[in-house]
Amino acid sequence: MRYEAPKTTKEAATFLKKEKGAAFILAGGTDLLVKMKLGLSEPDLVVDIKKIPAMNAISHSATGSKIGGAVSGAELGEHKGLCKTWPGVVEATNLIGSDQIQSRATMVGNLCNASPAADSVPAMIAAGAKAIVVGSTKRRTVPIEKIVTGPGQTSLADDEVIEAITLPKRGKKAGDAYLRFIPRTEMDIAVVSAGVNLTLERGVVKTARICLGAVAPTAILVPAAAKAIIGTKLDDEALEKLAAACSAACNPIDDKRGTIEYRVRVAGVLAKRAAKIAFQRAGGV
Amino acid sequence: MGNDTSYTDQKFEQVGRRVRRPDGVDKVTGRAKYGADAYAPGQLVGLILRSPHAHARIKKIDISKAEKLPGVKAVVTCEDLPDLTGGNRGMMDILENCMARGRALYDGHAVAAVAAVDKTIAKQALKLIKVTYEKLPHVTDVDEAMEADAPVVQDFVFTSGVEPKPTKPSNVSGISQFGHGDVDAGFAEADVIVEKSYKTEQTHQGYIEPHACLANMSSDGSGELWVTTQGHFVFRNVCSTLLGIDIAKLKVTASEIGGGFGGKTHVWMEPVALVLSRKANRPVKLVMTRDEVFKASGPTCSTSIDVKIGAKKDGTITAASASLRYQNGAFPANWGMIGAMTAYACYDLKNVKTVGYDVLVNRPKVAAYRAPSAPMAAFGVESTMDLMAGKLGMDPVEFRIKNAAKEGTRASYGPVYGPIGIGPTLEAVKKHPHMRAKLKKNQGRGMACGFWFNFGGQTCTDLNIGIDGTVSLTVGTIDVGGSRASLSLIAAEELGIDYEQVKASVADTASLGHNDMTEGSRGTFSSGMATIFAARNAVEVMKGRAAKMWDIPVEDVVWENGGAKATGKAHSNLPPLTLKEIAAKSPQTGGPIAGHNETVADNAGVSFASHICDVEVDPETGSTRVIRYTVIQDAGKAIHPDYVEGQFQGGAAQGIGWALNEEYIYGKDGTLQNPGFLDYRIPVCSDLPFIDTEILEIPNPNHPYGVRGVGETSIVPPLAAIGNAVSNAVGVRLNHIPMSPPRILKALDEQAGG
Ligand SMILES: Cc1cc2nc3c(=O)[nH]c(=O)nc-3n(C[C@H](O)[C@H](O)[C@H](O)COP(=O)(O)OP(=O)(O)OC[C@H]3O[C@@H](n4cnc5c(N)ncnc54)[C@H](O)[C@@H]3O)c2cc1C
Repeated sequence: MRYEAPKTTKEAATFLKKEKGAAFILAGGTDLLVKMKLGLSEPDLVVDIKKIPAMNAISHSATGSKIGGAVSGAELGEHKGLCKTWPGVVEATNLIGSDQIQSRATMVGNLCNASPAADSVPAMIAAGAKAIVVGSTKRRTVPIEKIVTGPGQTSLADDEVIEAITLPKRGKKAGDAYLRFIPRTEMDIAVVSAGVNLTLERGVVKTARICLGAVAPTAILVPAAAKAIIGTKLDDEALEKLAAACSAACNPIDDKRGTIEYRVRVAGVLAKRAAKIAFQRAGGV
Repeated sequence: MGNDTSYTDQKFEQVGRRVRRPDGVDKVTGRAKYGADAYAPGQLVGLILRSPHAHARIKKIDISKAEKLPGVKAVVTCEDLPDLTGGNRGMMDILENCMARGRALYDGHAVAAVAAVDKTIAKQALKLIKVTYEKLPHVTDVDEAMEADAPVVQDFVFTSGVEPKPTKPSNVSGISQFGHGDVDAGFAEADVIVEKSYKTEQTHQGYIEPHACLANMSSDGSGELWVTTQGHFVFRNVCSTLLGIDIAKLKVTASEIGGGFGGKTHVWMEPVALVLSRKANRPVKLVMTRDEVFKASGPTCSTSIDVKIGAKKDGTITAASASLRYQNGAFPANWGMIGAMTAYACYDLKNVKTVGYDVLVNRPKVAAYRAPSAPMAAFGVESTMDLMAGKLGMDPVEFRIKNAAKEGTRASYGPVYGPIGIGPTLEAVKKHPHMRAKLKKNQGRGMACGFWFNFGGQTCTDLNIGIDGTVSLTVGTIDVGGSRASLSLIAAEELGIDYEQVKASVADTASLGHNDMTEGSRGTFSSGMATIFAARNAVEVMKGRAAKMWDIPVEDVVWENGGAKATGKAHSNLPPLTLKEIAAKSPQTGGPIAGHNETVADNAGVSFASHICDVEVDPETGSTRVIRYTVIQDAGKAIHPDYVEGQFQGGAAQGIGWALNEEYIYGKDGTLQNPGFLDYRIPVCSDLPFIDTEILEIPNPNHPYGVRGVGETSIVPPLAAIGNAVSNAVGVRLNHIPMSPPRILKALDEQAGG
């Protein structure tokens, strides 16, 4: 196995391009190293992206914020600005693992590992986040919901690396939230999860994006759920419709972590609860 | 005095102190050596190849490629473990569990092993071993395994305990019955009868340290084994028998132990390590991965239990019965029998009958798990007790007090009790402020009782006094719950010196006579007894030395306050001699001073506990949090109260995990789906409330200090206490453990749906 630690994203992409065997990007390594230890992944080449300056930066512009691919959960959690503008995205990322895991784990790693239960992903999708994808020859910007195509599968080409995640600019009357259900209090994988992002106008929901995790092969955006609350003040009737739309959108499996029946039910419950938190954060009453 | 085991009331100077633990510094600094921490020159890495199938015939194992791989020093299969058991089926089961013989009996059953110069090569070698399997039908559920057309797990097993002797093999290895009186007549007398069926899923002890050993066989036929175990003497005897080694020629040293809870009372892979070492002629280290620990060590049983209780309107139980079906894994054992013995042990019953069924399935061989078999039986009985109290309109605590066993009660499993703690723990529950604390919405309170036999067994202890007057206490029961501190306190008490003057250690098998395992809560009870007698023997020696130093008859010497005192008018002017002074002069007065004792410690006092628990259930997700928990238990005598409380808390913590989220999940193909701590949901720290404790001391009449074992009973009530609390919180009776969120939500739905 070879290890490379390039200084630019382009170089990283070029290493991937040239490798004939199995090549993997190493961000925090909290998925990759575990898989290697278990013998589930046997790379010929590991490309560490933590030495690339662009990967380690959080920056802001007129269009929004940009979070580098190697920024850890702990760094994100310490960023006051993002905690204020995108508390749902930050809390989702901060739910990953423990303090030890947080000091390494990244949002991009969470995304590219492509688990249906990844915590930061539904929050990013609800937020309308995008990925800046760098290949050996070209760059492109891709909505997060287009990255994961199935469990363990992404739409990235063999030579592509995600350099950063962008979050759109935030208005005043806006809020997001993320909730997951785990049987324990921590150190567990979501049985079902929900991310909600909404904006208000005169106390009424103007726009909304609702995304569910762990209830389908990938995180799923549920437009019908958004529709159920747009134009409402999140009254009980709207919330029930939201829950029903979420439950209807679920396509889960029965496994060691939960039953189909359970996931379908609780998806609606969590979406309601997350919507209430997002509404409150947006200043709704 | 001498070796009189009977209890004497006395004022203690050392016993009962909360002294510093002697193993604490080493454990928190990482200096302590656990099973995987031993190294020998030239050691090899051992790895085991395991069956991916729940049940399969092994048609062929081709090891030729693996053997040829450079760096591989030994490859073994069952051919290298010939049958030397002389027809002892129990020993054969151990051997067969260590390495499959023609059939893989469960997912994870060992089929071959390698030793190589490093892990990478060992892993490659495993991949080069070619096993040809023919899959066989399997069964993993206890009730399904009892059906007439179920696949037969072991064709040599015929149900015992039935007449006439069966002619066909069965998955039911034994049926055992306990009780007295006439239950039919008792039920006929009852005003109210409650019947309910329960299920509990399989759980693992979840010790943090995996099984690990370093085996080192010499070409002269002798050998050494360093191993994490609850009983190195028993491991020595088993390995010697299985491998044809003379007992005296195999020295086993117990490492520090990172938890056992019963799971390290069995030999799982040590004979394989020894055989690898013998074949390679090099030391071999074998360490299980967590996956292997889950699949191929010994979890507890899953069970299916029916309970029936009848009572008069005034709350008197007229009859009680239970049918208890326990899954033992792929090898016969008697866990169902033990469940049937413990089920009603808390109560004074005129008519009682329990029947235990021991059942084979294609799962790993079951091992003890802290008061093995009792928690599941208690779940069934104590849940039904609450249901009955509800029907009678009685307070659950009062109902239990009314029927509680007491001194003189004939236990449902046979013996007549001496002084016991069930009544006092229930009275303490009644008085406890926890019972009066206010509950909020979605919260519920439950309580339950539990029993455990406790065990004594063979023990052998040495006590040597150094020239400076410090004391080495050498015991053969490994320290898994703080026994070195407790035994040091006991030695100090007997000698009349300070705790800090005593250093206890666990000897290897070459240094002491046989000691049984640290199991059955016996460590402090039995080694404590042997320590008392060894110390008393040393005192006799010291009295003789003092007599010599004074040149007076030994009859005129007594031992008081840590020294010898001359009695009688003739010697009244002699100042006392301290232990230190006697020790300093020992080279001149007859040489080293030592005390020794070997004993079979009988009559370990039975133990009872009552637990109180508050939970909060989220009715929309079925998630349960334990918000308050109180353990009240009889310790006989708490030698080191911190450790006693630690045992109370530890058992409750494990019970909480078992009650709410821990379970072995098998797929349709009979393979284990969650062999890791991510999906086998043992509680994390933040899942648990502070667990409050109250120690009661009802002396065991058969121990000089009144000690009863305390390590196990604490896991018996939690399943039922939490079950009762959850049922009170949501208004639906939960009868399937673990009460995981999906199960709770489903129960709520079923109730809402009518
Ligand atoms: C103890 C523990 C607890 C955990 N708890 C949780 C949890 O609660 N919730 C949860 O969702 N996850 C959890 N995880 C999983 C893991 O921590 C997260 O998925 C984490 O976000 C992965 O980030 P990473 O930077 O460590 O990824 P890595 O392991 O470095 O990478 C993950 C995958 O993404 C690829 N990759 C990484 N960066 C890029 C990039 N820039 N471009 C292209 N491909 C890339 C890698 O090649 C690899 O295949 C846990 C893991 C552990 C060990």
